[in-house]
Formats: sequence, C-alpha cells, structure tokens
Amino acid sequence: MTAIDNDVVKSDTTNAEGYHKFELGEFTFSRDEYFVYIGWPTGSHMMSIDAFLRALQRDVAWDFFYGIVNFDGVFGTMNHYGTVDIFAGRYNDSYRKAELDYSENHETPVIRETFKSILADWTNASFDPFASPHETGAAWGVKSGDNLAAVTRRRVAAARMVGVPGDEQIRTDESGMPVNRMFRDIDQSEPIIEVEPGFEGEVAAFNLFAFLSRSDVTWNPSVVSICKDSLFCPTTEEYILPIIHGNDRVEWFIQLSDQITWDVEDRDTGAVRSRVTMKAGDVCAMPADIRHQGYSPKRSMLLVWENGSLDIPELIASGKAPTYPVEF
Amino acid sequence: MGTPSKSGGVEKSAYTTVLGSLDSYDKGGVELINDDARHYAFSNIFEVASKSAPWEKVAVAKNFEYVLEAVRAEGTSQWRTAAHDEFVVCLDGAVTVELVKLDASPLAPDAGGSIALDGEPTGRPMGRIHLARGHQALLPSGAAYRFSAPSPAVLMMQTIAGPDTQFRWAEICQTV
Ligand SMILES: [Fe+2]
Repeated sequence: MTAIDNDVVKSDTTNAEGYHKFELGEFTFSRDEYFVYIGWPTGSHMMSIDAFLRALQRDVAWDFFYGIVNFDGVFGTMNHYGTVDIFAGRYNDSYRKAELDYSENHETPVIRETFKSILADWTNASFDPFASPHETGAAWGVKSGDNLAAVTRRRVAAARMVGVPGDEQIRTDESGMPVNRMFRDIDQSEPIIEVEPGFEGEVAAFNLFAFLSRSDVTWNPSVVSICKDSLFCPTTEEYILPIIHGNDRVEWFIQLSDQITWDVEDRDTGAVRSRVTMKAGDVCAMPADIRHQGYSPKRSMLLVWENGSLDIPELIASGKAPTYPVEF
Repeated sequence: MGTPSKSGGVEKSAYTTVLGSLDSYDKGGVELINDDARHYAFSNIFEVASKSAPWEKVAVAKNFEYVLEAVRAEGTSQWRTAAHDEFVVCLDGAVTVELVKLDASPLAPDAGGSIALDGEPTGRPMGRIHLARGHQALLPSGAAYRFSAPSPAVLMMQTIAGPDTQFRWAEICQTV
C-alpha cells in the first residue's frame, strides 16, 4: 500500500478483477465482481457493489451532508463539519449491545479524497451511480473503463438564487441539460421579468419546476435559494434513496410533484417509527432523532428544506432544543 | 409498447407528472407505528391555502426562526418589506410581483421577517415579475413588494417568522 496525493492509501497493484484496494485508518475497502468488502479491526462487512457505489456517490457529492449517511444498517459516516466519523455497527442496536461497533474520526479532506478515489477506481464505464436504474447499465464485473464525468459532476450551490446574474444559471438544452424523460410534460416557460435600469442584478426569477425537470441526477439535493441559514435544497427522486439518512437536526420535506413513501426509523437503533406517504403539496417534518429512506415510483420533485446553522447539532444533542420542530 | 431502457428493461413511452392545485390535490399522511403524529407536523399547502383568507401568511414549516408560509393569493396584497432576502414560489395560478427599492427601510438591519407598509412605498421602481406555476422569485432585502393575482393562486414563501406569520398547527396538521 502506498500513500498517494491527499493522504489516500491505495494498493500498488490491482486484484484479479482489476480494482485497487484502499485503506482509511484501520478500515480497508476492496471490491470484486459483485461485492464490496469492508474490514475493520473487530469485524468485516459485505455490500452489493451497486448499492455501495450509489451510496458512496451521494456521500461524496453532499460532502457528508447533515448528520449520518448510513450506507446500510451497518456501515456509514457521521458529519462533524470539519471532521467525519466513519463507523461500522455504531447505529445498529445488535452491534452496540454486543459491543462490536467501531468508529474512527478523520479530517474531512482525508475521507473525502479517499472516497473520491474509491468511486473513481471502482465505477466502470457502464455505470452511473447518480442515475436511476432505467438510466444506467450495470456496476458489476471486472474493471472495464471508467465514468469520471459522471462521478465528478459539479454540485449546484447557489449563493443567493438560481438565475441571479453571476450566480448559478438555469438549465437548457444548449447547456447540455435536456428535460428528463419522466418530466416531458413540465412547462418550460421562464417567468417574464421587466427590469428598470440599474436593478438587473436584483430583479430575478426562474422556473424551478423546469430547472428540476432537467436534473440529470437522482437523490442529490442542491441549493437553489438562501435566506441566511435557510436553504432550499430541491432534488429529483426516482427509485430508492441509496442511503438511510440519519438526522442531526429537524429536516423538512415539501413534495412538489408525484409521490414518495418514506420508512422512518429511530436514528440510533433502527427501530421502526412510522411510514410517511407524501403527495404533491404535502409538507412533513422529519424529527432530529430519526433516520429515513425514501421510495419514489416515478421520478418526482422533492424540496428538502434545511437550516444550515452550525449551532443546531449541539443544541439537539445536548437536549437544549427538542427533536421535533413545533409544539402544539 | 414502451421504450427500451439502458437497464435492459422497457419503460413507458410517456409519463404524467402529478402537480397539486387549489382545485385538485390529494393528501398523503403519516402511518404511525411507534410515534406521535405531531412530531411530523404533516399538512398540505393546497389544503391550507384553500382554507385561508387572501394573503394570510400561514406557517406550514418552521425550523428555529425560519419558516415556510403558504399564502392564498387573490386580488392585490399590501406592500411588504424585509431586511433580508425572501423567496416566493408560485405553486398554482399566476401572480405578478411589483418591486420598489425603498429610500429608507423601516426595519433594523438584523430584523427577521417581513412587515406590512402603510400605503404606497417611497422609492425607485425596480421592475415587475410575472410568475406562473413552478416559478420562483427573489424578493430582495430592502425592497418593497406587492403581489397581485386576478384569480386565486397559491404561493410558498421562504422567509423568517415575522409579526404577521400565522401559526395554526393544530388546525392544519395531522394529530393522530
Ligand atoms: Fe434526509
């Protein structure tokens, strides 16, 4: 094993299937035709490689997001905004009771670069981990090319709002973002804007539904507008959220189109708490002590609304703020 | 029939997107296994707007000081202003936004939420925006804005709770 750029520890040679092996602290990662093998000092774990790559893609793209990204019931990451825990069994009641859970804390750049290297090395030309199952070929098999363009897509993050001059711009055919096959019935007209001279930078509007209809990724919230710490993070969803998201704060969902069903479990133990069905116009809070996974039968538009304040995880964890949003 | 997909399967050749409106919305809900429905504050924006008076700002989501408000737009609103950016999304119907750069804001720079202005604003006209369903606009900090909707429309506001934000959780949310 050799440490290369950015502290990524990667094997000098590839295995029989053509893939490199990686290390991060005491964790080891290798893949073959069907599976990823994750090892740590007290245990090991296997996951389907296609589920693993879809989860890894989200964790990297979201820069570890808010709270916990469970790849499945055993393995995942928890964001501390500057450092990240990488864990096995930490949020699994049986592993905890057997004292078999294991966790390491790493500086964010180290885990970020390691995960990006794994994603780049293990994603073949046939597979796009951001796409829905209908939109991509398979992740299986021996090493066969790569799909760097897909796995390094730039994440949209508006500074004020999409469409404001100098900020993130709308998506068009010309910018290589065609309307998705499941949103061909979405009206593509942009708002009519009459600006007085001198106010070109502040009189701004865009077609949010058209913007979302042209997203080429699934389950990837991106910021379209910001009011201080209030972030509109809409996303288009199809098939299954590839991770189980554990909250460190209250998060809100506003279903903009179609329907998603959510399995909601206790964040720490995985015990089932509820099942939420959301249809267009529905608004639902996800408490700060749950984890959830969503199912979208048709590509749908979901507005994820976050409060990005750095103070909230501590307020929730210490019990100074409740785990649910409103008292009534 | 259908279109072959990259997966090897076949998908439909056309899909219909379901959007909600004042006249037509279908509400989901929370199926409780071991929890309290109130922790989810589950509501539907179109249902809230269908029961609101014009221009009432009804909170449908709250995270500390921040709120999302559902607004039934009908006729012409008051002029309002905030000391921070706000955003409006038109979810049904069509709405025109008028913007005026105020000569002097009545609000402290760190004030949260919007307030109504008495009468007409004093300042320079900035422009007008015509929003249809799915369109989002910036309501810039320090500007006065006024909406008009010839027929009932539904707006969602991204803002901070202010003096006119209405909290009616027990009326609008699933409780059991
Ligand atoms: Fe989430």
